Amino acid sequence: MRKLALSDDILMQVEKPARYIGNEVNSVVKDKEQVAIRFAMCFPDVYEIGMSHLGIQIIYSMLNEWDDVWCERVYSPWVDMDKIMRKNHIPLFGLESQEPVKTMDFLGITIQYEMCYTNILQVLDLAQIPLYAKDRGEEVPIVIGGGPCTYNPEPIADFFDLFYIGEGETQYRRLFDWYIENRDRGGTRRDFLRGAAKIPGIYVPQFYEEIYNEDGTIKGRKKLYDDIPDTILKEIVMDVTNAHYPSKPVVPFIKVTQDRVVLEIQRGCIRGCRFCQAGQLYRPVRERNVDKLKEYAVQMLRNTGHEEISLSSLSSSDYSRLDELLDFLIEDCGQRHINISLPSLRIDAFSLDVMSKVQDVKKSSLTFAPEAGSQRLRDVINKGLTEEVILKGAALAFEGGWTRVKLYFMLGLPTETEEDIKGIGDLSNKIAATFFDTVPKDKRVNGKVQIVTSTSFFIPKPFTAFQWAPMCTKEEFLEKAYQTKRGIMEQLNQKSIKYNWHEADLSVLEGVFARGDRKIAEVILEAYKRGCLFDSWSEYFHNDVWMECFENCGVDIGFYTTRERSDDEIFPWDFLDCGVTKEFLLREWKKAKTETVSPNCKVQCQGCGANRFGGGICYESRQIT
Amino acid sequence: MKIRIKFAKYGTMKFIGHLDMMRFFQKAIRRADIDIKYSEGFSPHQIMSFAAPLGVGIESYGEYMDIEVLSMASTQEVKDTLNQVMVEGVEVLSVTILPEHVRNAMASVAAAAYSIRMKDGRFPINDLEKKLQDFYNQNTIPYTKETKKSTVELDLKQGIYELRMEPDDVIYMLVNASSSGNIKPTMVLEKFCDFAGVEIPNEACQITRLETYTDLAENEEEQKFIPLAEVGTVA
Ligand code: SF4
Repeated sequence: MRKLALSDDILMQVEKPARYIGNEVNSVVKDKEQVAIRFAMCFPDVYEIGMSHLGIQIIYSMLNEWDDVWCERVYSPWVDMDKIMRKNHIPLFGLESQEPVKTMDFLGITIQYEMCYTNILQVLDLAQIPLYAKDRGEEVPIVIGGGPCTYNPEPIADFFDLFYIGEGETQYRRLFDWYIENRDRGGTRRDFLRGAAKIPGIYVPQFYEEIYNEDGTIKGRKKLYDDIPDTILKEIVMDVTNAHYPSKPVVPFIKVTQDRVVLEIQRGCIRGCRFCQAGQLYRPVRERNVDKLKEYAVQMLRNTGHEEISLSSLSSSDYSRLDELLDFLIEDCGQRHINISLPSLRIDAFSLDVMSKVQDVKKSSLTFAPEAGSQRLRDVINKGLTEEVILKGAALAFEGGWTRVKLYFMLGLPTETEEDIKGIGDLSNKIAATFFDTVPKDKRVNGKVQIVTSTSFFIPKPFTAFQWAPMCTKEEFLEKAYQTKRGIMEQLNQKSIKYNWHEADLSVLEGVFARGDRKIAEVILEAYKRGCLFDSWSEYFHNDVWMECFENCGVDIGFYTTRERSDDEIFPWDFLDCGVTKEFLLREWKKAKTETVSPNCKVQCQGCGANRFGGGICYESRQIT
Repeated sequence: MKIRIKFAKYGTMKFIGHLDMMRFFQKAIRRADIDIKYSEGFSPHQIMSFAAPLGVGIESYGEYMDIEVLSMASTQEVKDTLNQVMVEGVEVLSVTILPEHVRNAMASVAAAAYSIRMKDGRFPINDLEKKLQDFYNQNTIPYTKETKKSTVELDLKQGIYELRMEPDDVIYMLVNASSSGNIKPTMVLEKFCDFAGVEIPNEACQITRLETYTDLAENEEEQKFIPLAEVGTVA
C-alpha cells in the first residue's frame, strides 16, 4: 500500500482530501529505481481546475510512455492545505509517489492564464525551491514553464530556468537525453542550461538581458553567449493525427470542471479575429483525421468510464468532417448512454439539428459571440458574424423550441464609440423581438424568452493585431458597463434581457501581465509575499494589496495598459517567433483602424507567415465561395 | 435482474466520500462494460442503490450496492471484470443475484458491525474490558445529537446490539444502521470516553465497518440479522 505524504490527521482537517492522495484510475506509478528522470508536472491552480486540462493529460501520458521517465502530477494546494503545509514545513509532493518535488529532476509548470502567477510562486515556495532561478543550487529541480502565457514570459522570467515555447510533443525527448548525458558526465546545472538553450523551442531567460530606453520601452536584448539563438521559434506538431494522444486519461475521484472525455479535433483556427491570441499562436490549422478521432473517442470512453464526451478546438464548426464525426458519436454514444457536450458551434440548421439530438432543447441555451455591438466594430475586430446571420440563427432556434440565448460581447475594443455600445442593447433586443415574431403565443414553451448578455473587458494580448492598442482604465471600463446597462434598460424587451459584466480590477492586472516586461517580476513577488494567492478566485483577489505593491515597486500600471505603442516599438516578446510575423500583425492593426476585414484562411491566405511550417491549411486547396 | 455487489474500501480510499464512491462505481461499471440498465431521458443514469453511506476516514469490508443488469454471463464474471477495473483500496468481494421483491440495499439496512482500534498503540484506558462492560450494562446511555435545526435526545443503549472487546485491543460493536435509528460508531466512542474519563480524538482511532446487516425477523420484538450478501444467490 502506498504511503501518503500527509497524515490522516491533516487529511481529515481539509476540504476534499482526495485532492492530495493520488491513486486515481489510469494514474501511473513506477518503480523509482528503474527510471532515469523524475518529472513533476504542475498546473498551478486547485486540483479540480488542473485535472480538467487536456494539455497536461497529453504530456503526462506521453512522458510516462517512456520507460526511463516517471511523470507525476502536482497542483496548487488549496488555501486550507497551504496553511497547514507552511506551518508544518511539509514539502510539496507529487501525487503519484507522494515524494517531495524537490527530490525530482524537473518541475514543469503549465501557465494557462496570467492570474495564476502568484500560484507559481506558491508551488515553488511550498516545494522548497528558491523562487529566483539564479539562486538555485545543483540539487534543485530544473523549473520549466510552458503554455500560452509563455508567449510573453518576461514578467515571470526570473522564476524559471527555462521555458518550452510551443507544443509539448516535440522536444522533451531531446531535452531529457541531454539532461542524462550532462549528468553522466558530471556537468553542472549551468552546463545543462547552456546546452538546453540550443535546443529548438527552448528559452533560458537568465542568458538574456533586456536593455531599456530612458522612457522605459525596450531598446534591445543582450545575450550572454554567442552560440545561443537571438530568436526562438515555437515548436509545432505538423502531423497531429499521428501525434501522441492520451488514450487513458487519468480519472479523478472528485468532480472536476471537465468531468468528461475531451477529444481535440484540430489545432489552430482559420479565423483571424484580431483580439484573439490563441487564433494566432496556434497557426496554422491542422485537422486530425476523422477515423483516428472515432477510434480515440471509443478508446478513451472505454478506458475512463466517463459518461460524457466533448469536442475541443478553437472553432469546431470549421472542422471539415464535423458532420461525419458527430453522426458517429451520436450513434455510438447513444447506444452506450453517453452524453455529448457540444462546444459552441456556429448556429445554423445543421448545428441546431445536432443539438436537438443530444440535449434537452427546453433546458439548454444557445450561444452567440458577436463580441461587438455594431457591424462597424465587428469589422474592426474581424469577427465575421453579421446581425443578419445572428437573427436568422435565432429565428431558426426559436422555431426549434429553444428559449434561452446567451450573448457574449467585449467592452473597450479599439475605436469603440457610444454607438457601438448602444448596439449591444439593440442587438439583444432584436433577438428578443425575433422570438415574439417567430413563436406564436400559444406555442411559447416557457411562455417567454430569456436573453443573457455578458460583457468582458478587452485586454490587448501579445501576438495579436491589437498588441499595439491602448487598453482602457478601470474607470473607463466601468463607465462602459454602465452605458451598456443603460442601453439595455431602454429597450422595449428589457424584461427579457439579463445583463452580466466582469470585474474590472482583475482585467487591469491581467493587462499588465499580458504585455509586461521583466520589471513586473518584483511586483508579483511582493504581492505573493503579502499573501496574494489564487487571484483568479474573486474571493481571494485583493486588488488593494496589488495596487500598493505596484506603488511600492515604482511600477506604473498605465505604461503597460493604457499607453498606445508606436508602430516600431520593440515589445518584450518580440524575440519569440510564433510563426506569424510582426509585419502581418501590423498590417492587420492598420486594417482594423480602417474597418477593413480580412477573409479567413479557407477563403484566402493572408500571408501571415505560418506557412513556413510547411503544412496544415496553408497547403490545402481553397474553398471556392 | 437485480444483483447485489459487496465491496471493501480501505487504505487511501477511505478519504473518498460517499457520493464520489458512487461516481467511481458508475465509471467502473462502464469500464467493465457491464450491461447495466439505464433510466430514460436526455441524461440517462444507471439504476443503482447504495446501502448505508460510509463517513470519510472509515474503512469498510462490508459495503453494498444493488444494480439492475439486462444480461450477464455469471456473477463470478461480473465480480472478475469489476475487479480488473478497480484501484488499490477498493475490492469487489462478492456478487449475488437478488430474489424478486427484495427491498433495495438502501432500504434493507438494519445494522452494521464496526471495529475501533487506536492507530498507534493501545487505548489509554486501564481495565478496558471491564469498563466497556460497565458502560454497556448501564440502563440508558443518553446522547444529545445536534443537527442543523435542533437538538435531539437519544438513548444509544436501544441501538447498541453488541459491544465487547476483541483480541489486540479492538473494540467491537454491532449497532443500528437503519435510516430511522442510525448510530454512528463515533457517538458510542464519544460516550464511552466520557464514561472512562479519557479524551481520544476521532483521528487517533481507525474505525472499520466489518459488515452491514438486514433484519429478517418476522416481528418487531425479535431481531434476525444476516449480512446483506446472504439475501441473494450466487449463479
Ligand atoms: S499562411 Fe495563410 S493560410 Fe497559412 S495560416 Fe497564415 S493566413 Fe492562414
